[in-house]
Amino acid sequence: MEMYDYLDTKGRIFDIQRFSVHDGPGIRTIFFLKGCFLRCRWCCNPESQSHEIEQMTVAGKTKTIGRDVTVRELLEIAEKDRIYYSRSGGGVTLSGGECLYQKDFTLALLRGCKEKGISTAIETTGFSDFKNIEPILEYLDVCLMDIKHTNSFKHKEFTGVPNELIKENAKLIAKKAKKLIIRVPVIPTFNDTPEEIGEIAKFAATLPGVEEIHLLPYHRLGYDKYMGLGREYSIGDVELLSPEKIDVLKHAATHSGLIVKIGG
Amino acid sequence: MAKYYNKEIPKSPRIDVLKKSLFANKPRIESDRAVLLTESYKATEGLPIIERRAKAFSHILKNLPVTIRENELVVGANTVMPRSCQTFPEYSFQWLEDEFETIATRSADPFDISEETKAKLKEAYKYWGGKTTSELASSYMCDEAALAIEHNIFTPGNYYYNGVGHVTVDYGKVLKMGYKGIRKEAECALSNLCIANEEYCSKSAFLRAVIEVCDAAIIFANRYADEAERLASECTDSVRKSELLEIAKNCRKVPENGAESFYEACQSFWFVQLLIQTESSGHSISPGRFDQYMYPYYKKDLDSGKITREYAQELVDCVWIKLNDLSKVRDLASAEGFAGYSMFQNLICGGQTPDGRDATNDLSFMCITASLHTNLPQPSLSIRVWNGSPHDLLIWAAKLTRTGIGLPAYYNDEVIIPALVSRGLTMADARDYNIIGCVEPQKSGKTDGWHDAAFFNMCRPLELVFTNGYENGKLISIETGDIKDMKTYEDFFNAYKKQMKYFIALMVNADNAIDMAHAQRCPLPFLSSMIEDCIGRGKSAQEGGAIYNFTGPQGFGIANVADSLYTIKKLVFEQGKFTLSELKEALDANFGKGTSSQDAASLTESIAKVLAAKGEEINAESIAAIYNSVKAKLPASDSKYQKILGEIEALDKFGNDIDEVDLIAREAAYSYTKPVEKYKNPRGGTYQAGLYPVSANVPLGAQTGATPDGRYAYTPVADGVSPTAGRDVSGPTASANSVSKLDHGIASNGTLFNMKFHPSALEGDSGLESFVALVRGYFDRKGSHVQFNVVSRETLLDAQKHPENYQGLVVRVAGYSALFTTLSKSLQDDIINRTQQGGF
Repeated sequence: MEMYDYLDTKGRIFDIQRFSVHDGPGIRTIFFLKGCFLRCRWCCNPESQSHEIEQMTVAGKTKTIGRDVTVRELLEIAEKDRIYYSRSGGGVTLSGGECLYQKDFTLALLRGCKEKGISTAIETTGFSDFKNIEPILEYLDVCLMDIKHTNSFKHKEFTGVPNELIKENAKLIAKKAKKLIIRVPVIPTFNDTPEEIGEIAKFAATLPGVEEIHLLPYHRLGYDKYMGLGREYSIGDVELLSPEKIDVLKHAATHSGLIVKIGG
Repeated sequence: MAKYYNKEIPKSPRIDVLKKSLFANKPRIESDRAVLLTESYKATEGLPIIERRAKAFSHILKNLPVTIRENELVVGANTVMPRSCQTFPEYSFQWLEDEFETIATRSADPFDISEETKAKLKEAYKYWGGKTTSELASSYMCDEAALAIEHNIFTPGNYYYNGVGHVTVDYGKVLKMGYKGIRKEAECALSNLCIANEEYCSKSAFLRAVIEVCDAAIIFANRYADEAERLASECTDSVRKSELLEIAKNCRKVPENGAESFYEACQSFWFVQLLIQTESSGHSISPGRFDQYMYPYYKKDLDSGKITREYAQELVDCVWIKLNDLSKVRDLASAEGFAGYSMFQNLICGGQTPDGRDATNDLSFMCITASLHTNLPQPSLSIRVWNGSPHDLLIWAAKLTRTGIGLPAYYNDEVIIPALVSRGLTMADARDYNIIGCVEPQKSGKTDGWHDAAFFNMCRPLELVFTNGYENGKLISIETGDIKDMKTYEDFFNAYKKQMKYFIALMVNADNAIDMAHAQRCPLPFLSSMIEDCIGRGKSAQEGGAIYNFTGPQGFGIANVADSLYTIKKLVFEQGKFTLSELKEALDANFGKGTSSQDAASLTESIAKVLAAKGEEINAESIAAIYNSVKAKLPASDSKYQKILGEIEALDKFGNDIDEVDLIAREAAYSYTKPVEKYKNPRGGTYQAGLYPVSANVPLGAQTGATPDGRYAYTPVADGVSPTAGRDVSGPTASANSVSKLDHGIASNGTLFNMKFHPSALEGDSGLESFVALVRGYFDRKGSHVQFNVVSRETLLDAQKHPENYQGLVVRVAGYSALFTTLSKSLQDDIINRTQQGGF
C-alpha cells in the first residue's frame, strides 16, 4: 500500500481569485475556503460561512457554491502565477470563510506552498484553539488577523462569538509568527468611533512584532449574495463611511504608533 | 550624480492655454495643398516623376499659408486652423468628393468643409482622374484579390487610398547637420556619379530631387522667421515680442543648419515631423526615440545653465501640443477603423542603447511627464522595457497608465530585439528599435516597413470552410471540401489552413500592386532624404532605397478562431454533441437570434426595387407587407440553436490560462504568421506578419457572420491577441499567460494585447508596484506588447448595459470575491460613483 501523500489532502473552497492585490504583499492568488466559526453581520462573503455546499442565485442564475479539491490541484493553480509572485513579492493567501475551519487542509496547503518556495499568507479571525494554529505558523509568512472589537460583549453581539480566545491567540501568534498584521473591518454601528478604533489599535500595539494595522472600511458589496442565498442582510441599512470619517479613524489609530493603512 | 532625474516637474501655465486654443474650433478641411499640388503637376507634365514630386513639394512649401499660433514657442503648421487637414488627391480623391455633403455630420471623425473649399477642391480634383496611386494599384491587382477585398476577407485600404507613412526617419541627422548638410550629401553623391553609369538617369534625377526638397524645407522655415519678425514688430507685449524674436532666430537657423540648443532642436524636430506629413498623407509618422536623439542638446544646455528643467519641460510639452495639431481626413469606413482622428505618431522612451546598455535618461521621464501635463492622445507614447530597465521609469509610466488615458503602451525588448534580428537586422540596429504607429517595431532611419499593409480577418476563411468556398452561391475562394466529409478535427483544421493560404497569397498580390503604384506615382524625395541608404543608392524609399524593407499585414480575430476551433475539436469530434452540419445550421441562423432587423430592412429594400423594376406599384402599404413577410421567413429564435450555443458557452475559452485552448490559439496564429513570412515585396524585402487590429475589429466584425465560438453575427471580433472581450474570467495574470503562449517572435510586425483594469487594482503606491510586476511578469513569459484600459466611469456604465463584454472585470476589494457584472444595479452604481471619486 502506498503511503498517504499530504498533497492529496482534500478541502472545500468556494472561489479562487488570481491577481489579488489587497490581501497581503504583492500579487497573490487567493483561495477562498468554505466554512467559518463566526457569523459577522457585515460579512461580504456570506456564501463562505457554511461548510456545506449550497446554491446561490448569481445574476439570475443558480450557482453551486463550494467544491472539493486537493492540495495538489490548488498548487498547480498557484504555480501558474509564480512569475508574478516573484516579480511583486507576492504569493498565496488563504481567505474564506476561515481557513482554520479546515485546519488539516490549511496546514497541508501552506506546507505545499512553502515546499515549492511560494510565499504564504492567511486572513483569519484567529478563533480556534491555539493548538490548531501553532503547527501552521511554521509554513506561514504573513498572518493577516482581524481584531474586530476589544469589547467581548459587543464582539459577540455582532459576530456570534466572544473575543477572549481571539485576543489570547493574537498574543501567542505575535510571539511565534514571522509577520503579523492586524486588520479591522470598520463597520458603522459596530466599531466606527475613534474610541473603539483607538482601543483596537492600542491592543494591537501591545503585540510583539506587530507594526501595521489595516482599516478596511465597510462596503455593502456582499448585499446581493444574501439575497441570492435567500438570507436577510443582517447588518441592515447602515451608512457607508465618508472619506472624512475614515480620516478621523485613521488618525485615532495612528496614536498607537503603528503604521495605519486603509484598505489593506 | 544619479543617472536620471525623476522628480515631478511643474506644468507651465502656457500649456493649458495652448491646449484650450487647440480645441477652440472644429477640425476642418483646407484646400491649399491640393490646389498648389495640382498647379505644380499641371506645369510639370512629362518630367520624371521624382522631379515632379520635388517640384510639387517645393511649390507647396513656398505658398502654403504660414501660421504662428498665439502663445506658441515651437511653430509650424500645415493648416490655418488647428487640428485641421490638407488633402492629398495624388493618392485618391473620389471618396472625399462623394462625402463632401456628409463629412461635417458623420459620426466618426467629422470635418467642417466650406463651400469655397469644396469648389476649389472640385476644380483641382478634375485633374486627378486616372492619375492616382489608387487607380494604378487597381490596374495591377489580380481579379481574385479584388474579389476577396470586395468580400471583406482582408482590406489593404490604408495604403490603397492614402500615403504609406509608417516610418521613423533619422531625426538625429537633421538635428545634427540640417538640410544644408543633407543637401551637401546629395550634391556630393551627384558629383561622384559617373555620367556613364547605367543608372545615371534615375539616380541623378533622384539626387536633384533631394536637393530641391532640402531647399524647399529651408525656404519654408525662413517664411516662418519672416512671419515671426512681422508679428514681433506688431506685438505690444514685451514678453511675447521677445519670444517671437527668438522664434524668428530659430527658424532662420534650423532646420537649414544643425541645432545647437535644446530649443533649436525642438523646433528643428517639429519641422521634420510637420513636413513629412505635408509631403504625403501617410500616418504613423513616428518620432521614435525622442529621449535619445534630443538628449545631447538637453544635456549641453542644462549643464551650461542655459536652460532649467522647468523650461526644458515646457518646450517638450509644447512639442506634445504640436503633435496634436495635425490631423488627417479618412474615408468613412477607415475613419471608423481608426476612430479618434488618430495620427499614431508613436514616440518611445527607455530601452537599450545600440551597444546594449540601459538608455533611460532625464528626457525619458520628461516625455511621460509631458503626457501627464497635456493629457492628449498624441504622441502615442510607448515605453521600452528590458530586464535592465529602471524600476523608477516603470513606476513613472504606471502613474500615466493610472490616469486612464490609455498611455503608455509597454514593449518588451527581450522579445522584440531577437525577433528583429531574425528578420535580418544587425544586433546594434535591433537594440535601437522604436515603434511605428500602433505596435510595429523597426530601426529608425533605415527602414521602409509598410507596417500596416492590410487587415486580414481570420474569421472569414473559417466561414468559408463551412461553405466550401462559396458565398451567396458564388465561388469566391477555393473548394476545401464538403464539411459532411470531414471525419476528424484535423480534416477541418487543414481545410482552414488551405483557405488561409489562398487568401494570404491574394493579400500579397494586392499589397504588391499597391506598393508598385506608390513607387511609380508617389515616390517621396523629402522622406527619402532622411532614410539610409536612399542617397547612396540614388533611389527613393518607395523604390527600395532603404536598408531594411518589409511589408507587414495584420491578422486579427485569433481569439475567435481559437475558440471556434476548440468548439469543433471538443464538441463536434470528441464529444459528439452536434455535427458540423448542425453547427453550420446554427451559425446560419445566428444561433436562433435571427438576422437583424436591419437585414430585414435591406432585404425589403432590394425586393421592393426588383418589384418596382417589374413595374409593380410600391407604396407604404406594400413595403410594410414585404417587410412583414421577410421578417416571418427569417429564422426565429429556436431552442435547438440556443442549446448548441449553451454548450459552446460552457466550454473553456482562450484567455483563462488553460493549455489545451491556448495551444490551439497558438496554432491558429501560425496559420496566418507562417504563410505570410514566405513572401517578398517589390522593394526587395520580405513580408512579416503582425497580430493587431487597431480598431478595425469593430467595422470588420460587422461584416462577419456568426462564428463557432458563440459570437453572434456582425458583432466585433476579438482585438489583437487579446482574448475575446468578457471571456477571460480568470484575472489579468491568467489572461496574460494565455496570450504569452502565442509565438510573439514570429509576429515580428507586432502584437497587441489590451487589458482592462478597474482602478481599484492601481490604488496607492502598492497598486503601482503590483501593476509594474504584472507587466514584468507578462514580459518574463515573452509577451511582446501590452496596453491598459483603466476602466473609467463611462466604461462601467457601458458594462452595465453590455455585461457580456465585461465578464472578467473584477472589483478588487480586500477579502472580497465578486465580478462587477454579477452585482445588482444599485451596487454597480455605488462602484461607478466611487470610480469617479478616485477609487476605493
